[in-house]
Amino acid sequence: MTLDKLLVIAAALFCCGLYTVMTRRNAVAVLMGVELILNATNINFVAFSFFLNRMMGGQIFAVFVIVLAAAEAAVALAIFLRMFSTTGTVEVDAADELKG
Amino acid sequence: MSGPAEYIFFAAAAMTVGAAILVAILPNILYAAVALLFSFAGVAGLYVLLSADFLAATQILVYVGGIIVLLLFAVFLSNRISDTKITNPTHFRLPAATICLVLFGVLSYAAVSTPYAVKKGVYLPTAADIGELLMTRYLLPFEVASVLLLAALIGAALLSRPDRPAPEKGDMEEGKR
Repeated sequence: MTLDKLLVIAAALFCCGLYTVMTRRNAVAVLMGVELILNATNINFVAFSFFLNRMMGGQIFAVFVIVLAAAEAAVALAIFLRMFSTTGTVEVDAADELKG
Repeated sequence: MSGPAEYIFFAAAAMTVGAAILVAILPNILYAAVALLFSFAGVAGLYVLLSADFLAATQILVYVGGIIVLLLFAVFLSNRISDTKITNPTHFRLPAATICLVLFGVLSYAAVSTPYAVKKGVYLPTAADIGELLMTRYLLPFEVASVLLLAALIGAALLSRPDRPAPEKGDMEEGKR
């Protein structure tokens, strides 16, 4: 286990998340991609904090990222449910009306 | 680090990346959610190997226990059961794959070719340190995060409440019913 292996793993995770965000049309699946990207950044934070400096800063930052991810998921899913009851679909390119 | 720990590292890494690839390519969104669960569990394993025990427990609790359940709820509530497919059409597959592969190459090259001043990692319990730092040096972000969570809670409850016709003036008090 070395730092560059972990960075490559995080890069792979990030690219999977990016691919998911770019190709999926279902909003819930797009949210899954965002969660993957957040996990990739968390791996980077923890790996750098373990290998480069002994301070806890990286892990604290990862805790805050997890908090943000949880808050974002809750609000986003509430928005998706509201969007489903209004438009009958959760596909991201179907929601193109601002007021209607 | 050598011996069994190295095998465990490779197993966790393979589970993380393999499940993430499945999330990206599986056509059924339910299967993708389950694959995401395995990916998060693999990330928790990596945290354990990186001496982040508190984060590993948080990862299991928040992601596997919370966010996956929320995602599954959203999948079930936002698709009609009578639909034959649980919808997940994809588009722009080829350009997206090209961009992602190129980006992965660039990131991996940058990660491998940069000479980091790596120190030998030490394994210590972290929960006490994290708790102490959250109460001293990172107190302000901690409090701001608590306000943010409260706002998210209220916002989610408000957004997901079903529409009701506006009540008439006399009905405002609950006691009259």
